Amino acid sequence: MYKSKYFFLLPGLMVLLAIIIFPLLFTIRVSFSSWDVFQPGLDYIGGKNYGRVAHDARFWQSLLRLSVLSVSSVILQYTLGFALALAVWREMRFRRVLRVLFLVPMMTTPVVMSVIWRTIFHESLGPANDLLGMVGLAVPWLSNNVAAFIAVLIVEVWQWTPFMFLLLLAGLVSLPKEPYLAAAIDGAGPIRTFWQVTFPLMAPISIGALIIRLIEASKIMDTVYVMTSGGPGTATETSSYYIYIRGLRDFQIGYSAALSLTYLVIMIVSLTIIAKVLIRLLVARDA
Amino acid sequence: MMKRFQLLSVSALALGMVGGAVAAQDYTSFGIDRDLPGTCNYAAIDAKDYSGRTLNIITHAIPVIGEPTALHAQQFGALTGATVNVVHVPFGDLFQRILIPLQSGKNAYDVMFYGSLWIGDLNRFLAPVPAAYQSSTGMMDVTKNYLDVARWGDTMIQYPIDGDRNYLKYRTDIFDNPEMQAKYKADTGNDLRVPETWEEYNAIATYFSGFDWDGDGNPNFGSAEVTKRDDLMFSAFIARVAPYAKHPEVGGGFFFDLATMEPLVNTPGWVRGLELFIAAQKAFPPGGTSFGLGDEIFSFGGGQTLMSYTWDDAFIQAMQSDSPIRNKVAAAPLPGANEVWNRATGQWDHFDVPNRAPYITWGWTSAVSTLSENQDMAFDYLCFFSNEANTLHDLQIGRFGVNPYRTGHFDAAFWESQLGWEPRTAETYVATLSGMDDSRNRVFDLRVPGVSQFMSSMAAGVAAAMAGQKDPQTALDDVAAEWRDIVDRIGKDQLREAYAQVVALEDNQQ
Repeated sequence: MYKSKYFFLLPGLMVLLAIIIFPLLFTIRVSFSSWDVFQPGLDYIGGKNYGRVAHDARFWQSLLRLSVLSVSSVILQYTLGFALALAVWREMRFRRVLRVLFLVPMMTTPVVMSVIWRTIFHESLGPANDLLGMVGLAVPWLSNNVAAFIAVLIVEVWQWTPFMFLLLLAGLVSLPKEPYLAAAIDGAGPIRTFWQVTFPLMAPISIGALIIRLIEASKIMDTVYVMTSGGPGTATETSSYYIYIRGLRDFQIGYSAALSLTYLVIMIVSLTIIAKVLIRLLVARDA
Repeated sequence: MMKRFQLLSVSALALGMVGGAVAAQDYTSFGIDRDLPGTCNYAAIDAKDYSGRTLNIITHAIPVIGEPTALHAQQFGALTGATVNVVHVPFGDLFQRILIPLQSGKNAYDVMFYGSLWIGDLNRFLAPVPAAYQSSTGMMDVTKNYLDVARWGDTMIQYPIDGDRNYLKYRTDIFDNPEMQAKYKADTGNDLRVPETWEEYNAIATYFSGFDWDGDGNPNFGSAEVTKRDDLMFSAFIARVAPYAKHPEVGGGFFFDLATMEPLVNTPGWVRGLELFIAAQKAFPPGGTSFGLGDEIFSFGGGQTLMSYTWDDAFIQAMQSDSPIRNKVAAAPLPGANEVWNRATGQWDHFDVPNRAPYITWGWTSAVSTLSENQDMAFDYLCFFSNEANTLHDLQIGRFGVNPYRTGHFDAAFWESQLGWEPRTAETYVATLSGMDDSRNRVFDLRVPGVSQFMSSMAAGVAAAMAGQKDPQTALDDVAAEWRDIVDRIGKDQLREAYAQVVALEDNQQ
């Protein structure tokens, strides 16, 4: 009877094996093959693909670009999300309506919203330049290297700030009341209360939210695909988009598997370090 | 459901027997004006019985090619009793969705619709078109260009259903306007005429940029081009490069030197084409440096720009019944070049009459899988898809993406009577398209294994130069280096063998 409990774990383990372990092992195997448009199947070419990854400047540039994009967008999402959560945390008019409205961007399909944003940023027909034109400005949103990067950043922040908002609001709602009472008795103002009470208490959930969003942001693909195709030049080409090009457009299956695994390892290592640093900065200090 | 005839089951035999038959039956319920005589007309297909059999088709997303695929599949099923399944796939996924089952030996699709430039990758998996279909009335009328596109060596393995090429479109209301002609002459000292060279194209386009020359209250611009990196920009670039790099007297390769398989993409003719592409940015509308095909279509078709080139779509858009520029457009051959790089002598050769090199850029095609167990039905479907009545019907619907590819389509009267085009528009359209078919200096796609790798690499290099990240020579040197790596990976001999097929077409050896 005691041992039979393991039997009940079997379906879950099988599913886990099928949907996580097998694809991962298969990808590892493929990465050591030359599978491409002309050479189907799993031959063995040793570490050639990984050697090629090491010298692929475009991949490393896309990774650097991705780092800047994901870190800056997540910081902006966190800041805005926290501000919005604080705004509707306390009693205020239309709080429920605002909560729902804030969540709308997150509930829309990224591809659809990217198409809409591409239209908004259309340089001769889009409303963004129409509005800016009132003050004599016209931004080459999608045809200038920096502007295109900012355009992608704006869409990312717009789409995913609600996610931060949701998590942080849930955290705020669950905070204990006693520290606030103590702070009020001690005469702390709202700013001091935020920095001395709210922010430290929110640290664990903030770290969780930041890491989750960093993981998601580092996979950005659809927005880039629809809005810029990685251009102008390679100004908005991210790692995932580059891997997509190599894998599904160029059909270099073996090489794109090597790129994917390299990317996976880098992300695991860097996100682990970031999490440790955040814990040390936000939690350990407080402890 | 139409009446079934349980007589014929072997397609080739059926083709021979019913070829040329004229139907007495009324098929207008299928959306055509009337059934037309032909090997695979409605009556002939109606005589077949494929009850209990299933045909699986993979095609592009609706509407381009996907919509006529589905329409004719539904009609084919109704006529023959077959079950026809159509899978629609976005363009970005189409190649891998076709190739993976073929590589793994799975009989996933009987019929495949795809870009004809993939023949270098897919030829191993495509069933030869049977002789009976090659001698069908429809096929006999296909122009040489598209028969060439359909062949791999001496074997026809693609079934022509579309004809695509890049050509110039321009606004006749501006080019023919005496005020504009006088203004242009006064300001530049040159006559305003349809550009003969890409330098002239750039000059005219730049001049007509940034002011409201059509009086609609909005600024207009000179040129709309496909510049978005992974959105068929490679075709626009090749169209611009071709007259500088395709010397009519130097054979042996446009993309590579066939003898050595050394890339030619960074030779002076190519670099000149890129320099002019970059210079043309001054004439683009706002955002024009990131225009995809859709943007180009609507920029020219919507009246924003003076000129454009690429496929038929922008022209058809401009000629829609509700278009503000309907019958104010005309077609012309792509501009040429007075100076052409001669790689045999390593010098520029001067041409008093500009060198033209029509780019027979990829179009939609179709094929039957060698793995298919329903090849008879599959070829019947394709023959029906492209029968006389269906083709004339599809040509009239711009969103279908079916463009002229038969001699019979090059009749100006058809476009005038069926679509209400004015004679000049129809005549320039027909003359331009048919003229490209007659050229002896054509450029074809790089129809070799890994074509997507080569084109994607080239597009990235061109985009980097367009964005100012690299100078033109460096950008194309980098592309050439990447092409050498691709050649090494895929194998020089395999690539040479495939590329020889392209060179044979370009050098008129077939």
